[in-house]
Amino acid sequence: MNGRSLSKLQSALAVAVGVLGLLGLVLPRSAETGLSDTPFLTTFAVLAVFSLRRFRYPLPVFFDGCLTLAAGIALPMSLVVIDKGAVGFWSLTAAGWLSAWLFVERLTASGRGGRWASLAVPVLFGVTLLVLWEVVTRGLNVPQVLLPPPSAIGARFAASLPILWADFQQTFLKSVLIGYALGCGSAFLVAILIDRSPFLQRGLLPVGNLISALPIIGIAPIMVMWFGFDWPSKAAVVVVMTFFPMLVNTVAGLAEAGRMERDLMRTYAAGYWQTLVKLRLPAAAPFIFNALKINSTLALIGAIVAEFFGTPIVGMGFRISTEVGRMNVDMVWAEIAVAAMAGSAFFGAVALIERAVTFWHPSNRA
Amino acid sequence: MDIVMPNGLDPDPTPVIRARNLDLTFQTGDGPVRALSDVTLDIGKGDFVSFIGPSGCGKTTLLRVIADLEQPTGGSITVNGVSPEQARLKRAYGYVFQAAGLYPWRTIARNVALPLEIMGYSKAEQRDRVARTLDLVNLTGFENKFPWQLSGGMQQRASIARALAFDADILLMDEPFGALDEIVRDHLNEQLLQLWARTTKTIAFVTHSIPEAVYLSTKIVVMSPRPGRVTDVIDSTLPRERPLDIRETPEFLEIAHRVREGLRAGHSYEDV
Amino acid sequence: MAGGRTLPILVVVASIMAVWYVATVWLNTPWQLGVYEREGRAWTASDLVVDTMAQERPVLPAPHQVAIEIWQTTVEKKITSKRSLVFHAWITLSATLLGFLIGTALGIALAVAIVHNRATDRSVMPWVIASQTIPILAIAPMIIVVLNAVGLSGLLPKALISTYLSFFPVVVGMVKGLRAPEAIQLDLMRTYSASTAQVFWKLRWPNSMPYLFASMKVAVAISLVGAIVGELPTGAVAGLGARLLAGSYYGQTIQIWSALITAAALAAVLVSLVGLANTYVLRRMGARP
Repeated sequence: MNGRSLSKLQSALAVAVGVLGLLGLVLPRSAETGLSDTPFLTTFAVLAVFSLRRFRYPLPVFFDGCLTLAAGIALPMSLVVIDKGAVGFWSLTAAGWLSAWLFVERLTASGRGGRWASLAVPVLFGVTLLVLWEVVTRGLNVPQVLLPPPSAIGARFAASLPILWADFQQTFLKSVLIGYALGCGSAFLVAILIDRSPFLQRGLLPVGNLISALPIIGIAPIMVMWFGFDWPSKAAVVVVMTFFPMLVNTVAGLAEAGRMERDLMRTYAAGYWQTLVKLRLPAAAPFIFNALKINSTLALIGAIVAEFFGTPIVGMGFRISTEVGRMNVDMVWAEIAVAAMAGSAFFGAVALIERAVTFWHPSNRA
Repeated sequence: MDIVMPNGLDPDPTPVIRARNLDLTFQTGDGPVRALSDVTLDIGKGDFVSFIGPSGCGKTTLLRVIADLEQPTGGSITVNGVSPEQARLKRAYGYVFQAAGLYPWRTIARNVALPLEIMGYSKAEQRDRVARTLDLVNLTGFENKFPWQLSGGMQQRASIARALAFDADILLMDEPFGALDEIVRDHLNEQLLQLWARTTKTIAFVTHSIPEAVYLSTKIVVMSPRPGRVTDVIDSTLPRERPLDIRETPEFLEIAHRVREGLRAGHSYEDV
Repeated sequence: MAGGRTLPILVVVASIMAVWYVATVWLNTPWQLGVYEREGRAWTASDLVVDTMAQERPVLPAPHQVAIEIWQTTVEKKITSKRSLVFHAWITLSATLLGFLIGTALGIALAVAIVHNRATDRSVMPWVIASQTIPILAIAPMIIVVLNAVGLSGLLPKALISTYLSFFPVVVGMVKGLRAPEAIQLDLMRTYSASTAQVFWKLRWPNSMPYLFASMKVAVAISLVGAIVGELPTGAVAGLGARLLAGSYYGQTIQIWSALITAAALAAVLVSLVGLANTYVLRRMGARP
């Protein structure tokens, strides 16, 4: 494929972009003034109509990129002028969305760009989503309570940095990290302890697997009663939540070393601990890291939800539940953004360490 | 035929491996399986002994019994005059498996150093021995590669280096070249013979290739299945110095013929 | 194998029970000592053991106290009663199941789109994976409150949270499953010049069944968690989550534990039902038992 001939899907998208652009050009774009004068939007509409020429003279992928960029600028910019969108505005929004889709389709089909494209495509998807979110919430005057536009969330985020930082400290740096370290660490030790008893393993593994599937989060009120309102009760919830996935995975991982490798250690007359350190723990590393990754998410969930059951007046979960009560939804979203960033960063950090430690594993070699 | 001993006398006064009436029965879900039956065998110091036979004849099991990886259910076996377990604890064995079994998280040099670490050699000694054994198997220059970056033949050579790194006087090799193509295999066979000549180790070698067995061995043990037993022991008349083209000499072909006869006599091909 | 596992499991469960009983006595002792002191009466060790297991609001209720509470609130109460645990469990279960079904259906649909369209794969998949690292449960209270504000309340908002949570494991599992066929199997289909639909129904779909069930097990468990957490923020009056919350407000530890155990039992039943369905389907497909 030379990248210029379009597939069926691409042709359909291209036609839709052109037709919707034409509609946006002729139909009223604002609810108040009829045909309002928004030069950005008009430019985009003209470009979209112009793109229909591709059926005569092929247009490069680059053109679709420009078209998408134009839509990304024109739509949010015109919201400053337009208070509430009309038919024409929405057909242009649809045209913008479809042009982004077309661009991504052609970009992936052309296979060019290599690593750069594999990063750009998801980013483009995310930005498209944000722009659509902004345009739809503001263009339709969606009530703030239901879904605030990203710009409002961003503004609130920037304005409440000290509060967000205090919450982050309380929930993430205290409850999550301490609970995570204790939970994963103790499970690892227990796994080593029961390693020499196949009997205990056969009993503990099914029980541990079952408990991993239970709604452990429900112990939060009990932990709050036992350990008080402050972070220790949340850390306790995190300990219990992270314990069983780690235990089950470590035990499974320790069983992973192949029979041949074990026989080899036996011919060297290697002792139990030598076999453990030199063979079985390295072989178990992929399993252990799998649990560490699962647990990084579980720990954050546990700490936040546990705070719904009572906290001092700080913490991410506390903030979410109180601000929801006050209908300050933009603050809730800002807190969720913090949680999302913290969660991704935590997960990403564990994944990076995993890559460095288990570089030899087939899944990391490519 | 030095192991048929109606009078119960030892032909070799100090065999390295001495097995008498070995029996091994596995208990499986489908009932007991007799893997070894009445195996009597002597292997002398410096011998290169091949075990040959179809799959299921117990040749690998026998090797594992020698290495104390399986316990016999009958008969007796001594290695260097002591039990296999004591020999193992004295680190008498270098074992090479069918697959290289190198640890993917260790470089080639550190893989070879693995037994040395376990046996508590000093760092300097480890470095010395790793360099020496890697040179022995022609892998100098690959110390810092990871196993998956090497070809199958090179990996297998590294695993042989690992078995040679410490001073085990018995090398147990379980179809070490079985997974390699014939060209690489010929090459490694030749190298193995040179290595054996230089180190004077006792080698027990499991194979299912007749030419390989005849080319390498001073003694060929023919086995047959159900139950696994020794049907013939052939002492090679070939000289110790063996170029690859010795395989076209009439002497070679005669021994190969005898091995084939032995396998047939054991009815080993009937129900394979 | 099954015979070899029963005994160890029993031993482990029995020792958990034993630890629980010991902990009951140990944790409830301080309060009980206070009672004795106020009443000014002498007590023996056996008194202490008996009394610590019979407190009204113990720090840790004994297993049998929880069992009695569960018995009383399930069998002895009418199902329609607000104090019946069956009633509350059903409220939570219905939201769980509704959300799980929608989530699984959506998850499969998105996985099919991802496997068959490279643009979807490259643009959506990174976000699906990234979204797994985000504590989505944190959004639960907001969804509930927001939907309440718009006039949606009761079953649907909770089911939506369950949908959201069960959706992701199914997408990830099914993408893996639909891509599981080996290259030679796909090449074979190609030599038959099979259509995309034929490749899907004859190869990809049957091949993905183990993956589907594995992710459904995760999905149904997390659906239940979603439904329970969904009951927390609004001070909901019904459901297992509401029982947990009410119990924690009024210090009714026995009520908390009985709700917790019920939720655990529910999760275990749901997961094993998916497991049974898995065995049944795979056996129908001719897999070795």
